[in-house]
Amino acid sequence: MRAANKRTEPADSGASKRGRNAAKRARRMMQNQADAMPVVEADGPRHERVVDAELLPPAPHGGLLEVFQQPYLLRLIVARQLAQMYAASLLGLMWSYIQPALRFAVYYFVMGFILQLHKDTPYFAIHLFTGMVVVHYFGETWNGGTRSIWQNKGLVQKMRMPRELFPVAAMVVAAYHTLPQVLLLVAICAIVGWHLTWTAAAAGVLGVAILVTFALALALTFSALNVFYRDFQNIVQTIMQFMHFLVPMMYPFTLVWAAHDSNPWLYQIYVSNPITQAVLLLQRFFWYPLIEDTDGLGQNFPPDMFQRGLITLAVCVLLLWAAQRFFSRVEGKFPERL
Amino acid sequence: MTISIQVENVTKEFTMQYHRTLKQMAVASVRRLPLQEKFLAVNDVSFTVEQGESVGLMGLNGSGKSTLLKVLNGVMRPDKGTVRTRGRIAGLIATGAGFHPQLTGRENLFLNGAIMGMSEAETKRKFDAIVDFADIGKFLETPVSHYSSGMYARLGFSIAIHVDADIFLADEVLAVGDRPFKKKCMAKMQEVRQQGTTIFYVSHATASVRSMCDRILVLEKGHLNYDSKTVEGGSVEGGIRYLQYDDDETDEAVSDEELGADI
Repeated sequence: MRAANKRTEPADSGASKRGRNAAKRARRMMQNQADAMPVVEADGPRHERVVDAELLPPAPHGGLLEVFQQPYLLRLIVARQLAQMYAASLLGLMWSYIQPALRFAVYYFVMGFILQLHKDTPYFAIHLFTGMVVVHYFGETWNGGTRSIWQNKGLVQKMRMPRELFPVAAMVVAAYHTLPQVLLLVAICAIVGWHLTWTAAAAGVLGVAILVTFALALALTFSALNVFYRDFQNIVQTIMQFMHFLVPMMYPFTLVWAAHDSNPWLYQIYVSNPITQAVLLLQRFFWYPLIEDTDGLGQNFPPDMFQRGLITLAVCVLLLWAAQRFFSRVEGKFPERL
Repeated sequence: MTISIQVENVTKEFTMQYHRTLKQMAVASVRRLPLQEKFLAVNDVSFTVEQGESVGLMGLNGSGKSTLLKVLNGVMRPDKGTVRTRGRIAGLIATGAGFHPQLTGRENLFLNGAIMGMSEAETKRKFDAIVDFADIGKFLETPVSHYSSGMYARLGFSIAIHVDADIFLADEVLAVGDRPFKKKCMAKMQEVRQQGTTIFYVSHATASVRSMCDRILVLEKGHLNYDSKTVEGGSVEGGIRYLQYDDDETDEAVSDEELGADI
């Protein structure tokens, strides 16, 4: 009798207490489900925090200047880029020397011996190698810079940093790869008997300035364009395929000068290429001082090389400024496009 | 009190499909459909937050919470309106910490710290504290691609909370962790709140919002529909009720019936 009345008579303290405990346990179990957030109450006094900064828009707006004000962050991004390139790679850095070395060998023997392009040019190997170093640095900066923002889309979409960081990091990585080649070139020149003159030094500085500003301007512009249309990285790769032939490294400039009267427009287009000018200026710095008898050489450099160089430098600085303006305008759209 | 965050008429628009082929565009124009569909993720949102305030941001999925946080963080720029913040911002937004899979935990720690504004000396000083909080042991030296999602969240949160930021944005990333870790995170966030950092807390768990926040903002399809500071007699509880999230709270009679505990 008692058992049958269990439901309607909760007066029995033992059974109802068990019932209440079971219900309480079940409720607590529901509350403690794994996906619920635990509650931690605040305790202690609230301190006031004094922030010593202005009220500014949080998005980065400093551009290239902001990048160069943070060398520590740039160094870490470069390290990340290098780790990405050489992950799970046995030979690692060696690969960036094997390709140029093979290219050099092929150009030297095919252009030099088979096509006989270097019979009037003393120290042709140094002439060729200087050009290769310049084109290698330019190509790697431009190619790497174009892809840099896509490759780092994880960071660009999640965290706040000046996005010019990535093309600049690509340029630093290119310098890192080119530096040993430059050191090799310097060592070879020193062994052969190189000496410094004022004209050569001026040519060297001007050549490097043109190369760096032009490469950075292109890297910035194309990295932004590549975010919207990934075709641009293919365009860059295509142009770089024949850049080696557009500069006077496999053949001496004398051959170009010989044709300048009959094709004045083509000559102008050829010489106005900033990379051509950078190659010529750096050859003036590295290769020309090695030659003892310069009279019998012929026209190895354009007669107005320095004037052209300065005008080109001014144009490249303008291009860099325009590239920065363009980048700043479109970078707001990067996170949603990537 | 100083203003920490100032948001004025912020609007953010996204296009549904950015890359349409010529064929798709031709088909769309023949069918008289719009060539590009856009939608407003955040629509004319305005509010002001003072330094030290702890704000809860609630809303259904897809109401624009993560987008608003990204605009506050500086990752995205608003299409219309302005947003201004004061000081260092740190936080984890829904999509994760931005770790690079090939770098080790240690290298990612330094990189994330640098991006959030810590110098090298500062990171080295706080390194032990960050590693202790994250509690991932010897996995610190292995590439991050081998981490479980919980370890990922632990390391990411640990870095963000130790940055000593003036504004801290906490999105739903905490949902991934296990219970002891969640408790540790909430305790640490309360500690940071006591120190006067502005906190922006996004969550669907109403009890934690009640305990963590002084103020609530409710987003619905991009509109800010309830701001407990500007509404008459508003409160965190009011916001939760507005969102109708309060009907899953413990109602003893209902629970008993649902559980069938009628002994």
